[in-house]
Amino acid sequence: MTAPTFTPATAGEDWAELQTVALLGTDRRPLPPAGGTPALVTVASAVDRTDQAAALLELAALSTVRRRAGAQALPAPGLPEAAAPDHRPELPEAAARRLSVLLGGRASGGAPANLAELLPQWLATARERGYRPPAALVPPLLDAARARSELRGDAVALAGPLGRWLAERNPDWRFVNRTADGTRPAPAEPDRSTETGGPDGSVDPAEQVWQEGLFAERVTHLTRLRRTDPGRGLELLRSTWPTERAEDRVLFLDALQDGLSGADEPFLEAALSDRSKNVRATAAELLSTLPGSGLATRMAERARAAVRLDGSRLAVSPPTVCDAAMQRDGITVKSPTGRGERAWWFGEIVAAAPLAFWTTETGLGPEELLRLPAGDGTSDWTDDLREAWARAAVRQQDAAWARALLGPAPREGRPGRTAGTPSKLLSVLPGAERAAWTAAFVRAHGLADAFQLLGACATPWTPPLSTAVVAALERAARSGSYPWSHSGVLGMTERALAPETAPAVEALAADAAPDTAWADTFERLAGTLRFRAAMLDELGG
Amino acid sequence: MEERWSTEHVLSLAPDQSSQKAAGKLSGPAPWSETGWGGGALWGLCKGSGSTPYRTAVELGTPAYTCSCPSRKFPCKHALGLLLLWAGAAEAVAAGSEVPEWVEEWLSSRQDAAEQKAARQQAKAAEADPAAARRRAERRSARVAAGAQELRLRLADGVRRGLADHTTDASWEEVAARMVDAQAPGLAGRVRELGHTPQGDLLEEYALLHLLAGAFTRVEELPEPLAATVRTRVGFTTDASELLAGPTVRDRWQVLGSRDTADERLTTRRLWLRGAKTGRPALLLAFGRPGQAPELALPTGRVLEAELAFHPGSRPLRATLGTRYGTPEQGPAEPPAGLTPAEAMAAYGTAVAQDPWLESWPAVLSEVVPVLSPEGWQLTDGHSAVRVRRGSVPEQALWRLAAVSAGRPVTLFGECGHAGFAPVTVWAEGARPIGVAQ
Repeated sequence: MTAPTFTPATAGEDWAELQTVALLGTDRRPLPPAGGTPALVTVASAVDRTDQAAALLELAALSTVRRRAGAQALPAPGLPEAAAPDHRPELPEAAARRLSVLLGGRASGGAPANLAELLPQWLATARERGYRPPAALVPPLLDAARARSELRGDAVALAGPLGRWLAERNPDWRFVNRTADGTRPAPAEPDRSTETGGPDGSVDPAEQVWQEGLFAERVTHLTRLRRTDPGRGLELLRSTWPTERAEDRVLFLDALQDGLSGADEPFLEAALSDRSKNVRATAAELLSTLPGSGLATRMAERARAAVRLDGSRLAVSPPTVCDAAMQRDGITVKSPTGRGERAWWFGEIVAAAPLAFWTTETGLGPEELLRLPAGDGTSDWTDDLREAWARAAVRQQDAAWARALLGPAPREGRPGRTAGTPSKLLSVLPGAERAAWTAAFVRAHGLADAFQLLGACATPWTPPLSTAVVAALERAARSGSYPWSHSGVLGMTERALAPETAPAVEALAADAAPDTAWADTFERLAGTLRFRAAMLDELGG
Repeated sequence: MEERWSTEHVLSLAPDQSSQKAAGKLSGPAPWSETGWGGGALWGLCKGSGSTPYRTAVELGTPAYTCSCPSRKFPCKHALGLLLLWAGAAEAVAAGSEVPEWVEEWLSSRQDAAEQKAARQQAKAAEADPAAARRRAERRSARVAAGAQELRLRLADGVRRGLADHTTDASWEEVAARMVDAQAPGLAGRVRELGHTPQGDLLEEYALLHLLAGAFTRVEELPEPLAATVRTRVGFTTDASELLAGPTVRDRWQVLGSRDTADERLTTRRLWLRGAKTGRPALLLAFGRPGQAPELALPTGRVLEAELAFHPGSRPLRATLGTRYGTPEQGPAEPPAGLTPAEAMAAYGTAVAQDPWLESWPAVLSEVVPVLSPEGWQLTDGHSAVRVRRGSVPEQALWRLAAVSAGRPVTLFGECGHAGFAPVTVWAEGARPIGVAQ
C-alpha cells in the first residue's frame, strides 16, 4: 500500500487545532482551512462545510483514521539484563498445580484444609527437595511472602535467581534482598560471585550493602556472612562498630550467634563495657555460651563460691553483694522478677556458669547432682538451683543436662517433676527423643498441657507421637469434652500429624456420632491429612 | 483415542476461582471410584458427603458435562476434579474402559437432543415466509437509519457547543436508550462508552461514531464488504446457521489464545485461531451465563481441523465454528511464527485502512522482551518497540509475563492496535504456552 507521505509534525498540529475547535465549539471558533499534504488537502477540501459542526467531525474522523493507519512502532528501549539461569529441576506438574492452589487459597469457609497453614510446609519441603517453581508462579509466591514474613526464607530460596531478578525491578518485592534465605555454606556455588563482588575490581557490592544498605539488609548480610565466613563477618562489624546506634548494636551482636567461637571473645569482652545496658547484657549472654571464655571462667569461680558439695547435700551460700565485676558480667543489681536479690544473683551466676564445671568440681554427673538436696542450713535452695541449671542447659544447648532435668518420660499416675520450661528443655534434645518424650507426656497427661510441648516437636510429627495425639483426641471425644477446648492443639495437629495416621483418623471420623462437633472435627482433620499426604507425595521423595 | 488435556486447559474451563480450588481438592484419586475413559467420554463416581456417590461424566468432544450433584455451577467441581485427575496422572484413569450404561444413556440422549434441534431449525426455515421476513428487515433498517440520523445531530450539537461544555454528559445514557429503541445496539454501546471516555480521546470517539452513523444512512451505496462491516458495527447480527450455509474455510486451525471477560450479565470467551494453510486469523466468541463457563473450549496451542464461516465485512475476523474433523490435536512444539513490533504496527495500519473502526488486529510478536520503561511496559525486539496497552491486562499479569521472560526473548500473541499491544498468550523457550491474564 502506498501511503501518502506526511510529516508527523503537520499531522500533530492539524489534530491539535481540530481538538481546540471541538473543545471550544464551532459556535465560537471557526474551522481551520484544509492543511497538510496535497493529497490530504484534496480530501479535506471535499468535506462539505455548510454545517461547521458536522464538517469538524468529518475532518476529525479523517485525521483519526489517517493517524491510526500510519501509527508507527516506538524506538527500542534498552534491553534489560536477563536473570541468571536456574539449573534446579522444575517442580513436578501436580506439585506446581498444588502450589498455585495454595497461593490462590485465601482460607474460605468450608475448606477441608486450612490452605494458608499448609503453605509453609509445602515451601519448606519443596525447597529441601531442590526444585525450581514455574516462572509464572514466582510473582504470586513473592506476593505471598511479602504479606507473610514467616514464609520469606523458604519462598526467597525457592524463587532463586529469578526472584532476585524480579525484586530488583519491583519495589514491592524489595524484601527479597533483605531476606537471609538460610543458604547453608554452599561449596563451589558459582552464583556467589554476584554476591561478593564482580571480577572487575570495582566496589565490592557486599561492602556497599554494609556501608550504605538499610538496617535490615545489613543484618541479613551479616547473618549470611557469619554462616559462611564468621571471621570476615566479625571484621566487618568491628569496622563500623563505634558509629552504630545502640539499638542496632544489640541486633548486630545477636547476629554473631551464628558461627560463634573463641575468636569472637575479645570483641565480646570489650562489648561488656559498652555504653548501652542491652548491648552489655547481650554480650554477656553470648559469652556465657562460649565454654572457656573469660566470662564463663569468672562465673564458674562465683559458682564455686556459692555452691559446695557437702557429703550428700549441696551447701549453698548465695552472694551477699553484686559487685562491679558481677555487674560488668551482665548481672543486674535489681531483681526484675520480684524474687529476693540474693536469690536473683545466685540464679544468674548458676545460669551463666558452664555446666561442665559442676561435674569437674564434684565428680558427679547431672542425674546425681539433681538428686542432691540443696540448702543454706535454714532454707531450701533445691528449686532455685534446678531452675538456674535449666536455664543454663537451654542457653548452652546441653542435651545431657536437658535430659536429666526433664527426667524420664512421664508415665500415667506419676506427676512430672520438671524444672524450668519443659518445652524449652525439649528443644535442646534431638528430634526423635523430643517426640518420644512428648508422646509419653501426652499418653500420661492428655492434651490439656501439651500445647507448648507439641509446638517444640519437629513437623511432621513422628508416627508414635501422632498415634499418641490421635488416641488422646479419641479419649477427649469419648469423655464428652468439646473440640473447641482443644482448638490450639487441633490447629497444630492439622499441620503436623504424620500422614501415616490418616487411616486412624478416618476411622475416628467414621465412628463418631454423625452431625456432632467431633464428627466434623475428625472429618476435617482427615480431609487435611489426605490433602497433606497428596501434597507431600507430589513433591516426591 | 484423543490425548489427555493439560491441567491449564482443565482449569480454564472452571466458571470461577472458587470452582478451581474446589476441583483441586477433588483431583486426587481418593474420592473417586469406577473411573474410566473411552469412546470420547470420561466418567467416574465421586464420594461426597451423602451415602450415594455422585455420577460424573464428561463428553470430551464438545465438551459437555453431567453430574448427579445438586450444584448450579457448570461445569461443577466434580466434573472439573475428574478432568484434573485424568489430566494429571496417566495411571489414575484407565483408558479404553467399557462405557457404563448410565454414561451411554446420557451420551445418546445428547445425540437425540442435537438431532431434534437440527430438525426444528429446518422446519422453522421451511415455514418462514420470505416476503414477511423482508418486510420486517426493511422496517428495522428504517428505524435504525432514523436513530443514526438522530445520533449524528446529537454529536454535531456537542461539538457546536464545545466538548468543554459538560451539560451534555449526563444525557448520553438517554441517547443510548434511544439507540436501543431504534434497534441499533452497536450504536447504543458506543454511545454509552462516551460517558466514560477521557476528554482527550473524546473527539476521536465522536468523530468515529459520527462516521459510523453517517455510513449507515447511506449503507446501500457502500461496497458490500464495507456495508457488512457497518451493519455489524451498528448492531445487526447474522444467524450462525445462515453463515454456515454459506461459504466456509476448511483449515487446520491453531489456537493462539483465549480470554474470558465477565460482567454481571454474561461471561464472554474470545478464542483466537490461525489457519495453518491459509494463515488467516479468526476469532470465535462464546458466551455463558454468569457463574458458568462458556461451553466452547479449545486449549491454547492445539490444532483443530474444522470449517469456519467468517462473518462478512471488509476485514473478516469473527467466525463461527462449523463442522469439526476430529478432536483438537497436539500442535507444533515450537511457538507460532510472528512479526517484529514494527511489522505488527504496520499490519494494524493496513487493517484499519479497510475498517476505520478497528481498534486492534491479532498479531504474534516474535522474540520480544517485556521491558518496564518509565512510560510503562513495552515489548521490544531490540530494533523497535510497542507499548503494552494500558489496562489491557492487570498489573500482576504483566509481572507474570516479566517472570516468564526473565529478560529473555519470548513469543507473544495478542491484539495490536493504535493504543498498544494487549498480550494474551506467551511462549517462553521450551515451555508450553501460558495465558497472560489467567
